Amino acid sequence: MSLIQDVAGSGGPDPVPGPPPLSRRQKGSKGLSPGARFALRKTGAALGTLLFVLVVNFFLFRMLPGDPIGMYTRGRNVPAEQLAALRAELDRPVLEQFLTYLRNPFSSTIDSAQFNRPVWELVTERIWPTLLLVGTAIVLASIIGVWIGIKAGWRRGKAFDKVSTGVTLTLYSMPEFWLGMILLIVFGVGVLGLPGIFPIGGISSPGTDTSSLAGWLDVAWHMVLPVATLTLVYLAEYALVMRSSLVDEMDEDYLTTARAKGLSDKFVRRRHAVPNALLPTITLIFLNLGFTVSGAITVETVFSWPGLGLLSYEALRGPDVALLQAIFLLFSIGVVLANLVADLLYALIDPRVRS
Amino acid sequence: MATLELEDVSVTYRSTEGDVPAVRGVSLSVDAGRSLGLAGESGSGKTTVTSTVLRLLPKSASVTGRVLLDGEDVLTMKWGRLRAVRWASASVVFQGAMHAMNPVQRVGHQIAEPIRLHERSVSESTARARVGDLLEQVGLPSRVAQSYPHQLSGGQKQRVMIAMALACGPHLIVADEPTTALDVMVQQQVLDVLTERVRDLGLAMVFISHDLSVLASTCDDLAVMYAGQVVEQGPSNQVFDDAHHPYSHALGGAYPRIGDRRFRYAPSGLPGDPPFPGEAPSGCAFHPRCPEARDVCATTEVELRPSGDRRWSSCLFAPEVDA
Amino acid sequence: MSSDQQTPGGRAAQPQGRRAIARARRREALGRGWRQFRTHRAGMAGLGILVFFAVVALLAPVLFPPDTISVTRATGELLDPPSGQYWLGTDDAGRSMLALLAWGARVSLTVGIAATLISMVIGTSVGIASGHYRGLGGAALQRLTDWVLVIPFLPLAIVLATVLGGGSPVTIIIVIGVTSWAGTARLIRAQTLSVEGRPYLERSRALGSGNWHQMTRHVLPNVFPLVLANTTLTVAIAILSETTLSFLGLGDPLRPSWGATLDQAFSNGAVSAGAWWYIGPPGLCVVLVVLSFTMIGRALEQIVNPRLGGR
Repeated sequence: MSLIQDVAGSGGPDPVPGPPPLSRRQKGSKGLSPGARFALRKTGAALGTLLFVLVVNFFLFRMLPGDPIGMYTRGRNVPAEQLAALRAELDRPVLEQFLTYLRNPFSSTIDSAQFNRPVWELVTERIWPTLLLVGTAIVLASIIGVWIGIKAGWRRGKAFDKVSTGVTLTLYSMPEFWLGMILLIVFGVGVLGLPGIFPIGGISSPGTDTSSLAGWLDVAWHMVLPVATLTLVYLAEYALVMRSSLVDEMDEDYLTTARAKGLSDKFVRRRHAVPNALLPTITLIFLNLGFTVSGAITVETVFSWPGLGLLSYEALRGPDVALLQAIFLLFSIGVVLANLVADLLYALIDPRVRS
Repeated sequence: MATLELEDVSVTYRSTEGDVPAVRGVSLSVDAGRSLGLAGESGSGKTTVTSTVLRLLPKSASVTGRVLLDGEDVLTMKWGRLRAVRWASASVVFQGAMHAMNPVQRVGHQIAEPIRLHERSVSESTARARVGDLLEQVGLPSRVAQSYPHQLSGGQKQRVMIAMALACGPHLIVADEPTTALDVMVQQQVLDVLTERVRDLGLAMVFISHDLSVLASTCDDLAVMYAGQVVEQGPSNQVFDDAHHPYSHALGGAYPRIGDRRFRYAPSGLPGDPPFPGEAPSGCAFHPRCPEARDVCATTEVELRPSGDRRWSSCLFAPEVDA
Repeated sequence: MSSDQQTPGGRAAQPQGRRAIARARRREALGRGWRQFRTHRAGMAGLGILVFFAVVALLAPVLFPPDTISVTRATGELLDPPSGQYWLGTDDAGRSMLALLAWGARVSLTVGIAATLISMVIGTSVGIASGHYRGLGGAALQRLTDWVLVIPFLPLAIVLATVLGGGSPVTIIIVIGVTSWAGTARLIRAQTLSVEGRPYLERSRALGSGNWHQMTRHVLPNVFPLVLANTTLTVAIAILSETTLSFLGLGDPLRPSWGATLDQAFSNGAVSAGAWWYIGPPGLCVVLVVLSFTMIGRALEQIVNPRLGGR
């Protein structure tokens, strides 16, 4: 027999394989681990996005039609020295203005025309109510949404799947503020002779001390309807994403391996399918935080919730240009940072991304 | 008693367009310490047949016949019993190891998973030691346990799959195209590891491949499948060198042994494609592609008949012997 | 086309023949697509709803003469609940809600579709170009796409609308169009990259065809089915966006869309008055239309990309 036949035969000596080329574990050329390089790259991209946001925010408002001063002040009483400062500011070369702006993007030369207060002060005091409202809704929505997505995706085409997909698609197609108004009419104001139960707006009843336990309960009571609205809208997206991500995962061969090993259906789902399907879901939840912001703006408006969303509405109705600039910047920074966190988190939990 | 015995196994997939018979009346048996090669083109039903052994077919498949694993019919087992049998009595070396492993779990964890599942009393450290031991048995350093699948080469992944298949000391190993995606040199190394382990441990093995020459050099016996049926069966060297069915002959020719003169003068390939499952022609399913087909082949139903010492063929023109 | 004007002869006939073949193939593909679409129950339901609203929008001037939605010439009581005369009640100016909704359908659908057209044109061009050009230009377009994708939509839209001046449908169309193309661009870019790897593009390049020819004759026809499926999904988002922006007061109060009607309802205290008929129906119309576009889009997506299965 020929040489090749010998190799093909089973009697030949067992070739000793060399040490496995665990090449991915080798350090990168710059002495950085792949994980660190990934983090650096993502941070760089986030900084690039932030710069883009700053550029947009600065130049858009320099392109305002008509007299920019008039646009900023809207005929309101702005102190004369601020107006002079703004005029002097606008007379400088654009590039110079931009560099000054970069140094501190939030320090507007003039105050909010509507509130007659520095924009930075206004914006920072309104952050907390928004974080409380949106944060609670996101936590609730991701728990419920992911649970629905798992149940629907694992038994694709069954009754639960059909019903839940119908409901979530409908919720997904709903303007969130409209849902808020409906809940407000039904449970706040009361319709068709039924009394309302929940407060119709605000974060607390007038004259309540929000540092006491009773105050906290009062705030929680005020939160019920707006949180319910946002939760319903957000969970629709999370459920749809989790479902499709699980359906994708279920065609994978490694689940067959897990079944062949003797794992029960429940363990195949809990130990393999769901954790793996959660990875893309988590990133998508973070990536779509921009959509979360939209909900905050309109729902806070409907429920007069004194957060950044309501502030946006007030600034828009002015329009209070200095305030709008600051809010746009703040929301964008928030979303860009959330995206960065999502990327880093993903790398932390999915070993494939790191290399 | 044979380790694995299939008796008249048929598998039908139910779909909205009607029933599709993927496997039709297959009977096979493998004894301890023996290996059976299952050959055929894609779609011939070879993977479907072996999937009945651990009942890994989708819900849309209905299986008839008997699948005896260590004398016990797998098809009638309760779920709990079936889960206990899976991997502990028979395990699988899947094809395309990349997707057969969970991409986000360390391979050591994945090898240890069936050990922890089937042997509850095993401690964490014992399990870890056994994983290292299993990896070394397949020629990998034990530190590979800390790697993720994507960090390994194709050959390494396939070795890990073998180690995983051996984890619970099964009596039967089903190797489903374990070397198909590998390049030739690595293929041979993996084959050697697999056959050596199976021989040393005295296991029974069913080896699936479309490459007859690999099967001939790896297995004791060969069964050739076409359109969901076994068309020829016998000792592998005999089937490979002296096929009693034109299809086995063509399949052998499709993978020439380099240096063997026969292949130089008779370059063979098979015209046409195998029939879609459920659309098998009348008579001998192979007749439309058969170079030696005659009129009777289209009209006469064929079945596996003895065609020599320990040999069977379904070809109407195979050597006749008195059964 | 120059070949059409050529005198009879082989040279002119052949390309025409080829074009006829291409046309026939396209017709056949459309027919096949339609047959597949008809089997999607949700998609067909969506199409039904959509046709209904389109007919209402077209017939609005006939069914409800412009006078019925004029604030000054309204005939009804203010905030009247549904009755035999006004099936859906009246708004705070005494106008028939039914008439307002029919007219609103015109604005909402027009704005949604027009904004989508802008978005698709930008998204498809940027997507194809960033997939086709491998150099600095492609990379820059991809970066731009990533940036626009990350920036939260509503704050950006509010800022843009303020700069452009609110209160007109054109502003809303432009704002939605220029803020919502990034998702499409990313999708089309990925598809372009896969098309560019196919052999016939290799061949086309080898034969010396230019960038423009490659992109319009080879890449575009191949990504087109995906563009179509994506378009219907984008219309859904655009209509939702229009509703939101109008609700925030950026709509045209003289030609109120459903969102602008909700703005009026909200601003004029319909919530505390418990006027559910003023708030419920406009939102319900939005939900139905958005849902129908979504269902059509999902059905199309499955036809274009069968691997998606029942997602």
